[in-house]
Amino acid sequence: MEQVLLEINHIQKAYGTHVVIDDFSLAVNKGEVVVIIGPSGCGKSTLLRCINALEDIQGGEILLNGEEVLKEAKNISKMRQKIGMVFQSYDLFPHKTILENIVLAPIKVQKRTRPEAEKEAVELLTKVGLADRKDAYPRQLSGGQKQRAAIVRALIMHPKILLLDEITAALDPEMVREVLEVVLSLAKAGSTMLIVTHEMAFAKAIADRVLFFEHGKIVEESSHPKEFFTHPVTERARAFLKTFDYETEQNS
Amino acid sequence: MDWDAIISYLPRYKDALLLTVKIGWLGILLAFIIGVLCAAVIHQKIPVLRQITGFYIELFRNTPLLVQLFFLYFALPKVGVRVSPQFCGSLGLGLLGGAYMAETFRSGLENIAPIQSESAQSLGMSKMQAFRYVILPQAVSSSVPGLLANVIFLLKETSVFSTISLMDLMFTAKDLIGMYAKTIECLTLLVVFYLIMLLPVSILGSLVERRLRHAEFGN
Repeated sequence: MEQVLLEINHIQKAYGTHVVIDDFSLAVNKGEVVVIIGPSGCGKSTLLRCINALEDIQGGEILLNGEEVLKEAKNISKMRQKIGMVFQSYDLFPHKTILENIVLAPIKVQKRTRPEAEKEAVELLTKVGLADRKDAYPRQLSGGQKQRAAIVRALIMHPKILLLDEITAALDPEMVREVLEVVLSLAKAGSTMLIVTHEMAFAKAIADRVLFFEHGKIVEESSHPKEFFTHPVTERARAFLKTFDYETEQNS
Repeated sequence: MDWDAIISYLPRYKDALLLTVKIGWLGILLAFIIGVLCAAVIHQKIPVLRQITGFYIELFRNTPLLVQLFFLYFALPKVGVRVSPQFCGSLGLGLLGGAYMAETFRSGLENIAPIQSESAQSLGMSKMQAFRYVILPQAVSSSVPGLLANVIFLLKETSVFSTISLMDLMFTAKDLIGMYAKTIECLTLLVVFYLIMLLPVSILGSLVERRLRHAEFGN
């Protein structure tokens, strides 16, 4: 029996009268990697922001291990520690070194000791190949390095689930791979992840389940990513995937 | 140029400089404190306090320091509040400077993208922790050039202190001219002493700026 970690029940998100997410439900099992794809502006990023309670929702509920995630709740700090999030624009703290960026929250929020937090930070940095950059400032790093550091900053909190919001969208093509390899290794190690991405090849390689999302709703869902990417069922998904495929365009 | 006269005036200018610096720095310290508090109130959108702060800023930014000092020094005693000229000087400067500092800090805070606070909160930090550890340090270092300009501006504004009978640099120069009519000597000394007071501030300020902004911009 698989254990449900994240449960989203009928959530509704609107800015004024503009509905962004419409009656969305999803259950993510422990150890599962769910990838969400879809056109720009379809509400994918908003969905991740709702799960981390950076946005409030107008209806429905979000449960992590059965506990509700609510923006104004007292336990929101505790809940957010369990939900790691990595953003498209890295958003490291520019006034702190990489090491300081990573140990700030463990020390201030989880009240861990500095030596212990630093020790783990260095271990994690070593895993992503950045140990020698720990004393650098964010501005001295390449985009790919910054994003790897941002992943470490989320991991050190020991989250139950990681939300990755288009983490390679701002990167130069040759840096995409180094970041995605880190994510692949996390998936292999059994991390639970909810990933929003435009990297279709990556989605195909990493996903246990793919959701095609548009206008705040799931248009197509597949537990067989390989099949989804070669033979999508819905017309809409087919048209969307075709935009990534230059070869068929030329041959047809 | 009467060099003997100049040398004999030096001790009086030195005393005036020390007094100006003393009142000036107390006022600037006060201005810093008022400025940070007001900027935090506006940035955090605290109701009621925010309106009061806005009124204070507009009131003090749009009236001359001279008028503010006259109010503190000549009008307050009429309602029974008697304060020393030195206290008036520092308080007046602090209130005027507070309004300017508040605007400078506020623009510094607004320069920090909201996602900085969000990414801090996504790590479990409270809004206050995000403000204290992530937003404020960045805002202060990006405000440094503006704050430095304010400090220099305020120190120069001390020249109106002479009107409430404080023996500052301006007062001393006018007094000596009145007594000995060595106008050129006295005014030259005045310029030199203002430079003695302000040049180190400018130089020190650039050093502080370079140090604080090292993280973001390098050398």
